[in-house]
Amino acid sequence: MQKRAVVTVVGKDQVGIIARVTNVLADHNMNIHDISQTILQDYFTMMMIVEMADKNRLDDLLEAFEAVEKDMNLTISIQLEDVFQAMHRI
Amino acid sequence: MTIAYNEIQETIRMVQMESLDIRTVTMGISLRNCADSDFERVKANIYHKITKYAGQLKPVAEQVEKEYGIPIVNKRISITPIAEVLGDATVEQAVELAKVLDAAAEETGVDFIGGYSALVHKGVTHADQTLLDAIPEALATTNRVCSSVSIGTTRTGINIDAVAKLGEIIKETAERTKDHNSIGCAKFVAFCNPVEDNPFMAGAFHGTGEGEVVLSVGVSGPGVVLNALKRYPDADLGEVADVIKKTAFKITRAGELLGRVVASRLNVPFGIMDLSLAPTNAMNDSVAEILEEIGLESVGTHGTIAALALMNDAVKKGGAMASSYVGGLSGAFIPVSEDNGMIRGIEDGSLSLDKLEAMTCVCSVGLDMIALSGEASAETLAAIIADEAAIGMINKKTTAVRIIPVIGKDEGEVVEFGGLLGRAPIIGVKPFSSEKMIRRGGRIPAPLQALIN
Repeated sequence: MQKRAVVTVVGKDQVGIIARVTNVLADHNMNIHDISQTILQDYFTMMMIVEMADKNRLDDLLEAFEAVEKDMNLTISIQLEDVFQAMHRI
Repeated sequence: MTIAYNEIQETIRMVQMESLDIRTVTMGISLRNCADSDFERVKANIYHKITKYAGQLKPVAEQVEKEYGIPIVNKRISITPIAEVLGDATVEQAVELAKVLDAAAEETGVDFIGGYSALVHKGVTHADQTLLDAIPEALATTNRVCSSVSIGTTRTGINIDAVAKLGEIIKETAERTKDHNSIGCAKFVAFCNPVEDNPFMAGAFHGTGEGEVVLSVGVSGPGVVLNALKRYPDADLGEVADVIKKTAFKITRAGELLGRVVASRLNVPFGIMDLSLAPTNAMNDSVAEILEEIGLESVGTHGTIAALALMNDAVKKGGAMASSYVGGLSGAFIPVSEDNGMIRGIEDGSLSLDKLEAMTCVCSVGLDMIALSGEASAETLAAIIADEAAIGMINKKTTAVRIIPVIGKDEGEVVEFGGLLGRAPIIGVKPFSSEKMIRRGGRIPAPLQALIN
């Protein structure tokens, strides 16, 4: 079953953040449904809604994100969308 | 339905900066069909049943926390009170059984297994007595086994004979683990009005009204509540309650979602959600600091009980709406060693044992993780348990006592328990004896509150 997940990326603004992160997603066959990005006091914040094709590859994906986090000094998280629905919608 | 970005940000902030986590998923397993006249078979039955049902608990919980991005801090098992399956076993065999439970916990990778327990609030069976006699050695020779004993209920009154015995058990457990700051006592709790579906340790057991196997969840989140309150420094108390209520709602919804996913993947029924605010020693993850944020200079000062009552009630109101099955203890925990704010309160002299007792009248659950002078006698410890049980009995609520008389340490010293158990300043006990009352023995009759039919 396909599931939607929320990817958030936070860190100091620099060239190539979106490129690196979306490349990882493409490598893992994940389609982006929605994307929003702002710069707040030099801080880059991006949120994406993605389609998770294969939950079993989550470990690979987290590992790939970890490399990007280290290289670019970012914090990247991915969470299934259900948790946001549960917390903010009745 | 789309999620607004500020809502996404709020959830991320709660997890990454405010220590939002699921404190525990606890699998309750009935061991009643493990009884056998051959003790070797009892051991084998229990080991196999626990490892069969809970074998996948840890990997599945870890996978779910990864997918949903919310940590599940502890994975635990609760079992049928062991006294009920002991039969004619000897004390030595009962200790052996504790080691089997420890091995099963290690095999499944869970943090704790609770239910090395007996319910003796009215009387003590032969097997109960065996278990009571085995507790000190069992706690001293195992790592993950937790023990609890029920010594009173509103419907039965308080079994003071059993209370007296618990004083001795705690003292002996402290002696046997004195090289490690009497840590054995941290795995033991005395209950009045225990609940059958408590997912929290050390008092979890799988009650007799429960099914074959069930999965229950305990949420946490004092840090989230504290930070929410910090955003409303000028709100009146009605608004404060509202902020806490809304925050508790969100925390509980996340907990229930994850609990249900874990339960369905393990093919186990979902039991209950325990709405307890459980603090940790992490920065700002403190119940005491919430009370201070409400407006107390230091926890324990005048007004503490009013603030705690407000907070505890608001957490329940928010949580009750968010979960379909609320159970367990469901109220704020006020452990001392696991809460940096409480530790500070004791060190500053604003918080005392007497005030902590009073606080347990308006919150769950009782005197928790309190380090006492090693000089405290077994009778004094028993009298502390009796006082707390009386509060529970009369107020028709659960009360518990988890106290650690630290052998060789005295008032004013600080003891380090390590890990989640934290550290605690030693509190002195009153120099006056309660021995005569405890020695009288017998039962305190059930109060008028019990006559409700």
